[in-house]
Amino acid sequence: MNIKENIKTLIIEKPLKLDCGQTINNFPLAYETYGSLNKNKDNAILVFHALTGDQFVTGLNPITNKDGWWSSVVGPNKSIDTNKYFVICANVIGGCMGSFGPNNENPETKKIYGTDFPVITINDMVNAQANLLDHFGIKKLFSVTGGSMGGMQVLQFVSNFPDKTKTAVPIACTASHSAQNIAFNELGRQAIAADHNWLDGEYTSKNTVPDKGLAVARMAAHITYLSKKGLQEKFGRKLQERDDLKFSFDADFQIESYLRYQGSVFVDRFDANSYLYITRAMDYFDLIKQFNGNLSNAFKNTKAKFFIISFTSDWLYPTQENKDIVIALNAIGADVGFVEIESDKGHDSFLLDVPDFLKALKNFLDKSYTEQ
Amino acid sequence: MKSEYKIITDIIEANTRVLDVGCDNGTLMEFLKKNKNVDIRGIEISKEKVQTCISKGLTVIEGNAELDLKQFPNDSFDYVVLGQTLQAFINPEIVIKELLRVGKKAIVTIPNFGHWKVRISLLIKGTMPVTKTLPNDWYNTPNLHMCTIKDFVSFSKIIDFKIFKSLALINKNVSTINNSNLFFKNLFAELGIFLIEK
Repeated sequence: MNIKENIKTLIIEKPLKLDCGQTINNFPLAYETYGSLNKNKDNAILVFHALTGDQFVTGLNPITNKDGWWSSVVGPNKSIDTNKYFVICANVIGGCMGSFGPNNENPETKKIYGTDFPVITINDMVNAQANLLDHFGIKKLFSVTGGSMGGMQVLQFVSNFPDKTKTAVPIACTASHSAQNIAFNELGRQAIAADHNWLDGEYTSKNTVPDKGLAVARMAAHITYLSKKGLQEKFGRKLQERDDLKFSFDADFQIESYLRYQGSVFVDRFDANSYLYITRAMDYFDLIKQFNGNLSNAFKNTKAKFFIISFTSDWLYPTQENKDIVIALNAIGADVGFVEIESDKGHDSFLLDVPDFLKALKNFLDKSYTEQ
Repeated sequence: MKSEYKIITDIIEANTRVLDVGCDNGTLMEFLKKNKNVDIRGIEISKEKVQTCISKGLTVIEGNAELDLKQFPNDSFDYVVLGQTLQAFINPEIVIKELLRVGKKAIVTIPNFGHWKVRISLLIKGTMPVTKTLPNDWYNTPNLHMCTIKDFVSFSKIIDFKIFKSLALINKNVSTINNSNLFFKNLFAELGIFLIEK
């Protein structure tokens, strides 16, 4: 498998000043597109991925050989209909699917960056991706959307580029990462750092992988993406391929086996240092603070039409945090719609086949598109 | 009720910002959008109805009027419309005050409990009235605070708001309510429509 063959990459020559103070240039931004850009170039949707996503939104991911992370939402005749819209998605900087990230070689030292990679922010990610508009000659996107960290990028994008999109659909996200969010991310980072193979981030040059730590990080995070009710209904106390408890520390319960599996497949496709950097970017995200305590000011220059979606059982980015964005938008008379979708699938609902969600998203986009 | 929508549309001036509180399936919003150039938003408590509104391309927020009007700044709309739902709120006084804080003007419509059919039903049959505008039984009605047109007029004095226009809907015909005909309108109107201000 030749990874490079399957990854489209744009080299961003223009210098980008990062929030940490460093300036980067000539850096790679890996992206993928679906559907086709129409003549007026007014049908483009920029999709932002979440923490462990990548640019392969739908169809078969050529690197993992699994379905793209938003296959239930994006595709022909789906909510984001690729027969109609031109969908663009880039791997965030700091990521590990071809974009500028900690597993890249530092051109100055000729060594893998590791923890010498600059700490990046949601703002940096969005500023890097805005270059895609110039690349495709798009003056104004039809929409920007994404869930979780993707939703945070939506908010930051509209704030940074108020006249670059007609609509914006942040899903299951927040304008300011909560203490609980930071706590869970820190748990993941500490799990990675506690793996003796992590070697202060220099594992690649030493030909090792902190896969145990990364797997534990993923297991802990995975629990936060589900709801108690969902877990109970799916697993309950069911035993894993055995009739009785084994009085050992094997995976007696199905939920244990499931989490171990989730951890083990994750390490095959994700880089531990990227996990550190991206969770850090999420933790640093605080659009309210960026606008001195008044979130409304983040959006005061935009005429974009917003549609905000949350899920009843999402306790990681609960409805109230999504509603706070609605309130900030209403305070300045912005065009904003909001719906909370009933689902017991937790935060992960935005990735899954939740019919009410799919319907709401499709109706919003298609109606807004015909009205433009 | 088409005639009610038409009356509301006639009251609202063009090029204004309108909020429909309890916008239901968005029928009034659609009607207004089609017949007048207004910037209209809705707030609706039912998820299912919010979905219907989205499918019609309307800007609607899922929310509870009693709790969620708070988020709108003072005078953020030229008109706030409350169609036939004042009686269903726990505290109609707070709702009216909120409508008049959020909107420069409010349009409130009320199903008239003083209508003769309602009165006869209770007087003769001795059961809680069930009519076209009040289709539910006592045990499953969402209505907590039924009132008559006359009650609403007195309410304006009690909690101090101004009624600028009072209209009565009788068999799809609109007429003006004033002090001298209040007794009759209160007996014959199915619906009272009021344009109010602080």
